[in-house]
Amino acid sequence: MAETTASYKEPSALRVYAGQLRRNPMGMLGLVLVLIVVATAIFAPWLAPYDPNQIMLGPRMGAPSAEHWLGTDQLGRDLLSRVIAGGRIAMLVAVATLGAALSVGLALGLIAGYGPRWLDNILLLIFDAVRSFPVIVFGLAVVALVGPSLYTVILVVAITSIPIYARIVRTQTQALRGAEFILAERAMGASTLRILGVHVLPNVLGPLLILASMDVPMVIATEAGLSFLGMGVRPPAPSWGTILNDGYNFIRNSPWPVIAGSAPIIIVTLGFTFLGEALRDIFDPKLRRNS
Amino acid sequence: MTEAADSLLSVKNLSIDFGTPRGALHALRGVELEVPKGRIMGLVGESGCGKSTLAFSLAGLLPSNGRVAGGAILLNGEDVTKMSERELRDIRGRRVSMIFQDPMTALNPVATIGRQMLDIQYRDAGGKAEKRRRAAEMLDRVGIPDAAAQLAAYPHQFSGGMRQRVCIAMALLTKPDLLIADEPTTALDATLEVQIIELLRELQQEMGCAIVFVSHHLGTVAELCDDVTVMYAGEMVERGTVRDVFHNPAHPYTQALLECDPARIKDATRQLPTIPGTLPDLVRVPPGCIFRNRCEHAWERCATEHPPHYAASGPRHVASCHLLDKEGTA
Repeated sequence: MAETTASYKEPSALRVYAGQLRRNPMGMLGLVLVLIVVATAIFAPWLAPYDPNQIMLGPRMGAPSAEHWLGTDQLGRDLLSRVIAGGRIAMLVAVATLGAALSVGLALGLIAGYGPRWLDNILLLIFDAVRSFPVIVFGLAVVALVGPSLYTVILVVAITSIPIYARIVRTQTQALRGAEFILAERAMGASTLRILGVHVLPNVLGPLLILASMDVPMVIATEAGLSFLGMGVRPPAPSWGTILNDGYNFIRNSPWPVIAGSAPIIIVTLGFTFLGEALRDIFDPKLRRNS
Repeated sequence: MTEAADSLLSVKNLSIDFGTPRGALHALRGVELEVPKGRIMGLVGESGCGKSTLAFSLAGLLPSNGRVAGGAILLNGEDVTKMSERELRDIRGRRVSMIFQDPMTALNPVATIGRQMLDIQYRDAGGKAEKRRRAAEMLDRVGIPDAAAQLAAYPHQFSGGMRQRVCIAMALLTKPDLLIADEPTTALDATLEVQIIELLRELQQEMGCAIVFVSHHLGTVAELCDDVTVMYAGEMVERGTVRDVFHNPAHPYTQALLECDPARIKDATRQLPTIPGTLPDLVRVPPGCIFRNRCEHAWERCATEHPPHYAASGPRHVASCHLLDKEGTA
């Protein structure tokens, strides 16, 4: 019998993933864009050259200049500072919303997928009912009830996202539930919690995180959309949506505010989509080519 | 029963029903099974005869529409059918382990072999390093080269035969008293089948566990098992040592089954022998002998009276057929 060496060392999963990502140019571009946006959001108060709400004595709707890199808006506020501050709000909404939607969606999806049939049916009915409203219309209804605020936006987007994640988790869980390795695990005496935690969750988590990463732009666009309609962030607080709306009202005078409001949305969308697609390729061990 | 003393598993008069839209399907009816410690019991029969149902019920793993309608499954004297889910979890993986038909799907695709082998030892004492050593040792024992390094591999990096070896290693890692093997070689090709059978036999001799080996391949059963139970349409029709059953089959079904084994056919033929007829409806089980519509020896008595287990050639050889009623007559 051959000697069994004890030198076995599990390769750090993180290092493997990092190596894979480094070899994917689009993924790297996405990562860089995402990191820039995230860093800007975190360090917004220190990065912004002016107070985003301070009305300058300089030109209104000024073109980009040495003092105001992105120009100024119709009140003479510095657009770069407003975009940076708006990014912070956008990221806050994205993190809060996706965090809530992911955790609740994951739990409900596992329950629906692994639990009894009747519970599954009830949950599905609720998911479908929530999903039957267009997000913006649902948002307008909620705003009409509780009034516009940042928290309303987070609530609306979280509630409408939960069914998406829950459905995905449910489908994956159901597919896994019949898998032989789950049966084998039961035959080895594992409890339901153990099966869900150790075997179902890792199988479900990959696709879910990738989906969440690709959903960040959707969340940010929804926040911008609601703010654009005046149903989200209250002025004068800067959101990309309110910047866009202000610019839209004065587009005949100057294109710069619209450009300043839309460029970050485009950058965020591209960044998270590229990163999400790269992650999708990496996270699935079955797609891994060189191992 | 003479072998009650060292009996590990004793199935007594077990009946299992499945709920179907048409009514209860009586999948198993009055099945008896005795597995002494350290012996290998083969379970043969055609598809749908209840072999797998019986095998799964031994670990308390019935589908949600399955129900034990009567009888008992005694494992070391404790009745599995009366255990709570918690008690069942306690015996599974410790006293009873299983190997499955398809090694391609029996392992978690997103976790490394090592992670899965460490995970199933969660009830054992010892640190991570100790468990890892045990896992590597077991992999080595089932013949996986460079076992320690393979712990970092994912299941998809192994071939079918290797995966079945991994499954066997996992099933035996917890040193069970009873290993249930549900057609473990059906999904493998013939050369691998021989290797896996030899491996199972070696490990069985080394570890001394009893095995219930489900198969529809008569050759592997003859090769591996000590005893064999022949099942037909949810009933046990014949039981005995491999030698008795294969050399002196007493039940007409066993005889027909052996005649249909392609391995026994010597002359080239275009038509393989078959047993004419189909399985009876198990929702409305007909009275009398379950095999009588397909049996060439059937007479009036078979239509009315259900045959009990008559003694056949050897000391532990029994079969359910009226032909055996009076020694050698009829």
